[in-house]
Amino acid sequence: MSHSFLIKGARLLGGEPADLLLRDGVIAEVGRGLDAAGAQVLDAAGLIALPGLVDLHTHLREPGREDAETVETGTRAAAKGGYTAVHAMANTHPVADTAGVVEQVWRLGREAGYCDVHPVGAVTQGIAGKHLAELGAMADSAARVRVFSDDGHCVSDAVIMRRALEYVKAFDGVIAQHAQEPRLTEGAQMNEGEVSAELGLPGWPAVAEEAIIARDCLLAAHVGSRLHVCHVSTAGSVEIIRWAKSKGWQVTAEVTPHHLLLDDTLVRGYDPIYKVNPPLRTAEDVAALRQGLADGTIDAVATDHAPHPVEDKETEWAAAAMGMIGLETALPVIQLAMVETGLLDWAGVADRMSFRPARIGRLEGQGRPLEAGSPANVVLYDPSPRTVVDPATFASKSRNSPFAGLELPGRVVATFLRGRPTVWEGKLQ
Amino acid sequence: MKRHLISAADLSRDDALLVLDTAEELAQIADRSIKKLPTLRGRTVVNLFFEDSTRTRISFEAAAKRLSADVINFSAKGSSVSKGESLKDTALTLEAMGADAVVIRHSAAGAPHRLATWVRGSVINAGDGTHEHPTQALLDAFTMRRRLGDLDGRRVTIVGDVLHSRVARSNVLLLNTLGAEVTLVAPPTLLPVAVDSWPCSVSYDLDAELPKSDVVMMLRVQRERMNAAYFPTVREYSRRYGLDAERVAKLPEHAIVMHPGPMNRGVEIAAEVADSPRSTVTEQVTNGVSARMAVLYLLLGGSEPAIGKEVSE
Amino acid sequence: MNAASRPAEPAEARDAERDLRHKAVLEAPEIRRALTRIAYEILERTKGGDDVVLLGIPTRGVTLARRLAARLQEVEGKPFPHGSLDVTMYRDDLRMRPARALGRTDLPAEGIDDRIVVLVDDVLFSGRTVRAALDALSDLGRPRAVQLATLVDRGHRELPIRADYVGKNLPTSMRETVRVLLTENDGRDAVLIGPADGARDGSPSPARRPPARRPDDAAGSPDRKSAK
Repeated sequence: MSHSFLIKGARLLGGEPADLLLRDGVIAEVGRGLDAAGAQVLDAAGLIALPGLVDLHTHLREPGREDAETVETGTRAAAKGGYTAVHAMANTHPVADTAGVVEQVWRLGREAGYCDVHPVGAVTQGIAGKHLAELGAMADSAARVRVFSDDGHCVSDAVIMRRALEYVKAFDGVIAQHAQEPRLTEGAQMNEGEVSAELGLPGWPAVAEEAIIARDCLLAAHVGSRLHVCHVSTAGSVEIIRWAKSKGWQVTAEVTPHHLLLDDTLVRGYDPIYKVNPPLRTAEDVAALRQGLADGTIDAVATDHAPHPVEDKETEWAAAAMGMIGLETALPVIQLAMVETGLLDWAGVADRMSFRPARIGRLEGQGRPLEAGSPANVVLYDPSPRTVVDPATFASKSRNSPFAGLELPGRVVATFLRGRPTVWEGKLQ
Repeated sequence: MKRHLISAADLSRDDALLVLDTAEELAQIADRSIKKLPTLRGRTVVNLFFEDSTRTRISFEAAAKRLSADVINFSAKGSSVSKGESLKDTALTLEAMGADAVVIRHSAAGAPHRLATWVRGSVINAGDGTHEHPTQALLDAFTMRRRLGDLDGRRVTIVGDVLHSRVARSNVLLLNTLGAEVTLVAPPTLLPVAVDSWPCSVSYDLDAELPKSDVVMMLRVQRERMNAAYFPTVREYSRRYGLDAERVAKLPEHAIVMHPGPMNRGVEIAAEVADSPRSTVTEQVTNGVSARMAVLYLLLGGSEPAIGKEVSE
Repeated sequence: MNAASRPAEPAEARDAERDLRHKAVLEAPEIRRALTRIAYEILERTKGGDDVVLLGIPTRGVTLARRLAARLQEVEGKPFPHGSLDVTMYRDDLRMRPARALGRTDLPAEGIDDRIVVLVDDVLFSGRTVRAALDALSDLGRPRAVQLATLVDRGHRELPIRADYVGKNLPTSMRETVRVLLTENDGRDAVLIGPADGARDGSPSPARRPPARRPDDAAGSPDRKSAK
């Protein structure tokens, strides 16, 4: 394929149609009626052009669980979903708590070449919650880690959380907290409420998430540090974050596509495809999360793409693994839940799925505006088709999508990573 | 189209009455010298018990055999399942054996639902974790009806660890379907957070409820719950929520005392109460066979089940 | 006896509708006489009716058994034990329809051992119901003898079964249906003949199928899906 591409007539951020000339890895020109001059032409009439999406929260499973996903298959899935950068969570085997492991993951991402992989470093050694991991070493490594998280587990010890928040200030890092008070959620299987009472499943009370978020916002304010809240799932959490932001504190937050669409009534029938941490909550929570994303209280959509092999999901509920894949369905779900409901326009989508996540992750070359000079990380998206989701067609190695069988709108037509197409005409390159 | 009995809510009022009326007729078998009917000859019923429960398993086995069905007992302890064979693989094995019905007891809520997606026969829930135990509710209702007559308007008080009780869940649903009024009595820690949405009343005061009750059903309370801070000591639990002779004296003349078993004598129920004529504990066991015979007959006796929840393929 | 002139409850209204297509071949007086005759025949053949137990097959057989017992008592001046015997669990056509509700089995206190059991039914047709009743009886005890009384014998036997006492012999075609109405059950006494309206309990259905156990009786066979 050539080094330059002329994208004709795409609606930039859903706005007026314009042409984009991509050359040598950057956006060379933006305008109307641009000259092709040896570039490969892509007729983008009717397509929306967005900056390449940035995922703050993905599980690539390598090293350790390559049966579920590898860096290669995961980044292929990311590219198909329109992503040009993903943050790979640290709960691998071995845990990404040293420079060695994060560099390995970073390198695997570069070699695969489908999407930039930015490894997330664990906050504590072995994600055991007791001793800080070598955060500085990971920050200085080739992977240049800036986001640290024990995701999967909560940094529940208040002192450890305080120290972590303080420590990362030295290199402009951010702690991304998985807010789950461990004692209140021992053995929990689903959201605690009417449905859990009916189904006889131990419940996960909303307060287990909200109490930790409140504590961490206050801690971050006290020590003057940044805090990022992973996968917000309750109305109460949104309110607490809104309050914290109103005080000017440096708190950011993310929400998953599935928490914007699905609620706990789906757990009736005990199909573990709906088992996830944090759990699906009530319809009221879904509405509050949508509103929070719309008004910017929640800064980013993050997929929390969590692949699991079939045998870990085809069991009785209590024995099933928690998690849903989501890279390849993220944009369609956001279109359905936020754009088609009038809560967010495409410029807003660009903001929540690219600009802000890139800022939070401190990624220089990602989440840049679609203008001349920016790195050519672009995704072209067709909002018009409606397709029934069939996980068998996914690039991900795993199939645990809760949207299987649902009709979702939209389709990624092309993804460009620094001017090179990783997806062209809807297919991986 | 197949039908299962997984939750007491799977039974409409007509279905429930049909089961009870059928059980009434089938109860006569127990008094005959030939305790057998040919009705389920050629049908295979598999008892798939992942949790130890000799009594329930024997009850289902007797019920199936009295209807001349072939019974295969599959106990998970010591079998390939305990060595890691999945529920799905076990289900596929049963399917290959041509089970017409699978009776499943499992420690995980929702296991019967999963099983139902892998087998073509009828699935009967014999207890799934803390979710439900519908045949227990049926035999309980059968017992109440035999002792007290029609259940419409009857006041049933269920006492104990409701939060962790599959017997309570099934009974609340079935008794409500049959028109009885249910009151749950427990310390607040042992009631689900959303219990207000259930079709029953709630009280923390056992003594206040006793004089109004036609039936008092005591649930088993595990001592280990004390260590998870559900109540401070067993002694305090017994004092506030245990049924002793003094409390029994507050019951109306006709009222009966029930317990699904096994009993913690001295914790939720005093030994003398358990052995008194008001107590239906032993007849509950006998009635269990009749009720389970009725369920098996109605699910397997005809060309298609006459009761139960429909599941699309 | 015009059905249309009586206040109709839903079931009776349906019956009234059907009745217009049905012809009454026996009315109340004839039924009364037939039962009286049967009662005398029973006394004659059992030499006084000692040790006789009447067991009606639900639903209307039970009513007839009760009436017969009353008639016998009128004549002999002593009570005659009677009850009901539900045969549902012994039927050979169970797997052809969804499982159905059971009727009452109510044996008199005297039991059936060493007794002369007179089975009582309203219509004798294929004989399969009586075969099921014989199987049920053999699990309940050992009668000295079993006899059969039926109000109507409409022919078309599929098994070697015959009635000892018959109220009326009614030759019919396979395409016809015979229905017995009794005051206690239906508000009036009549025996009606009418056109076929689907298989009736106990009678062979017009499209006759062998009720033998087929391999595809097992759960999950394609045949099952065709049932609705």
